[in-house]
Amino acid sequence: MCDQTFVAATFGPCENCSTPSPLINIYIKSEPINYCSLCVEMMACQGLQKGESLVSLKRESESLKKKLEEERKKLCDVELNQVAEKIEVLGALSIKTRRVLKGHGNKVLCMDWCKDKRRLVSSSQDGKLIVWDAFTLNKEHGVSLPCTWIMTCAYAPSGCAVACGGLDNKCSVIPLSMDRNENLAAKKKSVAMHTNYVSGCTFTNSDMQLLTSSGDGTCALWDVESGQLLQSFHGHTADVLSLDLAPSETGNTFVSGGCDMKANVWDMRSGQNIQSFESHESDINCVKYYPSGDAFASASDDATCRFYDLRADREVAVYQKDSIVFGASTVDFSLSGRLLFAGYNDYTINVWDVLKGTRASILFGHENRVSRVRVSPDGTALCSASWDNTLRWATDFVTENK
Amino acid sequence: MARDMSDKEILKMELDQLKKEVSTPRTPVAANCADTISFVEGLMPNDPLIKGVPDEKNPYKGDKGGCVVT
Repeated sequence: MCDQTFVAATFGPCENCSTPSPLINIYIKSEPINYCSLCVEMMACQGLQKGESLVSLKRESESLKKKLEEERKKLCDVELNQVAEKIEVLGALSIKTRRVLKGHGNKVLCMDWCKDKRRLVSSSQDGKLIVWDAFTLNKEHGVSLPCTWIMTCAYAPSGCAVACGGLDNKCSVIPLSMDRNENLAAKKKSVAMHTNYVSGCTFTNSDMQLLTSSGDGTCALWDVESGQLLQSFHGHTADVLSLDLAPSETGNTFVSGGCDMKANVWDMRSGQNIQSFESHESDINCVKYYPSGDAFASASDDATCRFYDLRADREVAVYQKDSIVFGASTVDFSLSGRLLFAGYNDYTINVWDVLKGTRASILFGHENRVSRVRVSPDGTALCSASWDNTLRWATDFVTENK
Repeated sequence: MARDMSDKEILKMELDQLKKEVSTPRTPVAANCADTISFVEGLMPNDPLIKGVPDEKNPYKGDKGGCVVT
């Protein structure tokens, strides 16, 4: 069977199927459509809705967005900091760095606390993963992985394994053993396979399931034992940079943020995108659920952190200052949810009063970008990882030489 | 994957999502904020990073006799 021959004036990627081929330039309702011959035939056969084109879809999308904004505005009767006016102002915080963890040879990209509130795992650009004991500063395990830029790491709830992933497009689980002579890298098991870098990973409530986010624009839920994909989440239109699981025991939602400036809330079982928030002006680097589970915060390259309430379905606070011009790369809440710790690319960590919207404190000390801040599970310490190859942890002591 | 989709498919996806979202149930901000505030006030007295941790209970204390240069 030979294809019909025709005179083609242009050659390029087809607007429908994106394959480069000779294009037939036709006009539908005076709008130029450049499809390859296959797509033109398909269009004719399917009886495509008249006039459906990029422009009309865009128009419909804009009008729906406006309607959504109106619906949300109706419920915006007051701002969070207005409701919080009557609360006492926070006293001076004396959170200071107490220990510096040195050992990585290159930028530390990610860290995570273990549920025992004592151990933490950190990963770096040179392919090393180190498990530390925060009390004694001992390095309990060190794993060298073949790929560089391990962009994310997570501790399993049981404390018996860690997961890590990055530029190798995979997320792997490494069981931790007490035997010092064992080569942990050999026991590494690849669980997640994406088509682009893995930017975030977390275990769900058990060691058996792993949730990952990737530069290919999707998030996915995997079974650790079999490596099977249980659910995938499509909806972002650009790289997904971060995700966080809802805190409750029965929680089956998670939030993700990406380079398309959107933060999406997903239902893990159905794979549906439940809510979507688009108010940042640049890539969202990190998202974190509020301890109550009814809200979340996001940190973005637009130098602001924002607080979104899930029940009101809108942003209720913005944490920004004219003097802060560098992007924020990470956020975490204190135990009560009163403080928001945000790490910035200007090497500082700003501590925001969540309710009043003001800055409570600044933590200095790192000599390069802060890549991750995490409050320990019992809320006593804050650990920060940075591109200056170190991790620092800080606490607030009551009786000490200040 | 998003980067394999044409602009039209991306817009269609966004459109479907928006159609779903317009009808989600929402509650007024004032009520939610009041909830958030009471949640925080309930937990604040026990927040170690705000209240501080006394020396005796502090597991991170480390050896005495050191000098902390701040």
